[in-house]
Amino acid sequence: MPNWEVSSVVAVIPPVHPRKLAKVPFVEMSEGKLQGVVSSGSDIERVYVSAIAADGHGFSCSTNNNRPCGGLSTWPCKHLHTLVDEAVLQYGAERVARFLRIEPADTLRTGDDIMGRLDGSVVKGGSATVFSRFLRHLAYLELAPCEEPIAELHWFPSTHSEGR
Amino acid sequence: MLAAQVKQLLDTEPEGAVEALEIVDGLDDALVHGLGRIGEAQASALAALATALAATPLRDRVSEAVDKVRAGSLGDEHLAALAGGRAALLGAVHDAQLARLDAALGRSRAGWAAEVSDVDGRLPGGGPEGQGGGRSLDNLLAGCRSWLTELAITGWAGTGQDQISASGNVIHAAYAAPRLRRLAVLLDGLAAELRAASPIATMSRLPARRWADLWSRGVLLAHSAGGPGFSAVEVSGRLLILGVDLHEHETAVQLQAHGVLEEPGGAKRLVRMSISAGKTNTVIGASIWRLFSGYPMMLNGLAKHRVLELSGMPLLPSGDLVWRDELAAAAEPADPFATARVLLGAAVAPAVPPLERHPVRIAEPVLVEGYTVHNGVSIDLGGNAIDLDLLRLPGCGPLTAAAVEASSACLGLMRWDAGRWLLQPLAVQATVKKKPVTVHNGEWALGLRVGGSAGGASIGHPDPKVAKASSGKDDTVAVLRERAGRLLRK
Repeated sequence: MPNWEVSSVVAVIPPVHPRKLAKVPFVEMSEGKLQGVVSSGSDIERVYVSAIAADGHGFSCSTNNNRPCGGLSTWPCKHLHTLVDEAVLQYGAERVARFLRIEPADTLRTGDDIMGRLDGSVVKGGSATVFSRFLRHLAYLELAPCEEPIAELHWFPSTHSEGR
Repeated sequence: MLAAQVKQLLDTEPEGAVEALEIVDGLDDALVHGLGRIGEAQASALAALATALAATPLRDRVSEAVDKVRAGSLGDEHLAALAGGRAALLGAVHDAQLARLDAALGRSRAGWAAEVSDVDGRLPGGGPEGQGGGRSLDNLLAGCRSWLTELAITGWAGTGQDQISASGNVIHAAYAAPRLRRLAVLLDGLAAELRAASPIATMSRLPARRWADLWSRGVLLAHSAGGPGFSAVEVSGRLLILGVDLHEHETAVQLQAHGVLEEPGGAKRLVRMSISAGKTNTVIGASIWRLFSGYPMMLNGLAKHRVLELSGMPLLPSGDLVWRDELAAAAEPADPFATARVLLGAAVAPAVPPLERHPVRIAEPVLVEGYTVHNGVSIDLGGNAIDLDLLRLPGCGPLTAAAVEASSACLGLMRWDAGRWLLQPLAVQATVKKKPVTVHNGEWALGLRVGGSAGGASIGHPDPKVAKASSGKDDTVAVLRERAGRLLRK
């Protein structure tokens, strides 16, 4: 194996797995939270913004208009379950568990395994930030294509995602 | 590429290349620790950088920058000098390695003679500036420089979450200015890696060369981007595609096709066509082709191996066609392997723009035949071994490591990284279940096929479920566009 330290091209970010996006168009592990956006099952105009903090596992869920999710009690709602399930599909259970500081991370297999190990309670707020991150995420698809070469992308090879 | 050519390539080591890279390593190590807190080892590494550049026009600026680092009073312009010095060393390594490859292949290459064009000579593709020009462009560049300066002062090992996130707004704004696209794409890629690697202080090993590469290119672009580009000439003729190379990070993807352009006078030159698009990290695998649906001629050329007749297509002095799909027309099919056999030897390669000279930019099309594959990781051609660049097998096409392992002929790109040559396959001819098959990277450009194609010699996606997942209601691009349409413009 070549030396990582002196290679210009190494895979720093682990590959993510393809998944269907209809239920959860966006999920990320960022800013200390597993957070994302869950499409409403009943209203096509509505989405829920759901998050679980890595530190303390405090969880939240509200609509994009900042109304609290009716399904949220002392237990996580179905949106949070769906969010974690899809995060596991995209990033793998071990990476999600490690981010949420659940040990030993490599023994967890499913979203349910992870949900069973959460020990936080409901917290408020934060949905506006996550929703604006989601909109910024979507905006990448609106960028006009560019026909001039971007030489810098030679540092970023397209590489196999797993699951093909 | 013949066995004797591989032998010649591997037998000659350019003089001074190893020493140049050692000096680069010294600066890279200083960037791990942070230029704001260098120790004795880093100070002497920086002194070595100044010494190495003492005979160049960068001498005064680099030695001043090294003094400022020692004094703890460095600014953007000093970092630009260090990044420039590093780029000069890597540029020299690039030139030496590419010359060595050209010599082994007997490939002739045009010299760099391009002048920077007038402001008005800026190529199409930039289009109207999203953010106006002048002042706001300057402010954006200053914002990018200041983020890069902070990173260098802190060092990778000390970089925290807040500092990484601080780049978000300036990168987002840079995307709106077409002239800053390269810079935006680069910094976005760097920031995503730093974020994914956090907490960086606990990493067991750091990609020091890589991050310093990205940082220094960022610094140079943040000083030079937005300036005038190179003027293009219009070319016409038959374009025969050799293959396609895919580049991708979480939020950008680029297809870069390599081909031979036969001009009406009979001249043959190596050209490249690059189209890039924004994406999300959930758009991966075969669904990325959807992002290029506005370029049907290009996709036809890639998926169906059609010759493309060009009329008046802009060509940059770097050998890059600035693709205008309406200036191309699909003609008869041409086998890329036949193109390589017949035309590659006589085609003239383009010069590399000075600021792009870095070993990572070396991607020279070659045809290699009659080799054996060892352990799936290297090829042996007449006793000469070259590693395969399996990291560069894209997820959007049918070419897999297994197909490469079963292959005996390969159309690929010669690359150089970490002290060794690599062969990146773009297409292979292999024997699978005792039958000859040909697999090309670009085969799914017009959509996945399950089973073989009409030609019978290609491979569809082995798993119908995967083929289905990238079409219809499960199409990731379509789902996200629907969400964007409903939520983005409110």
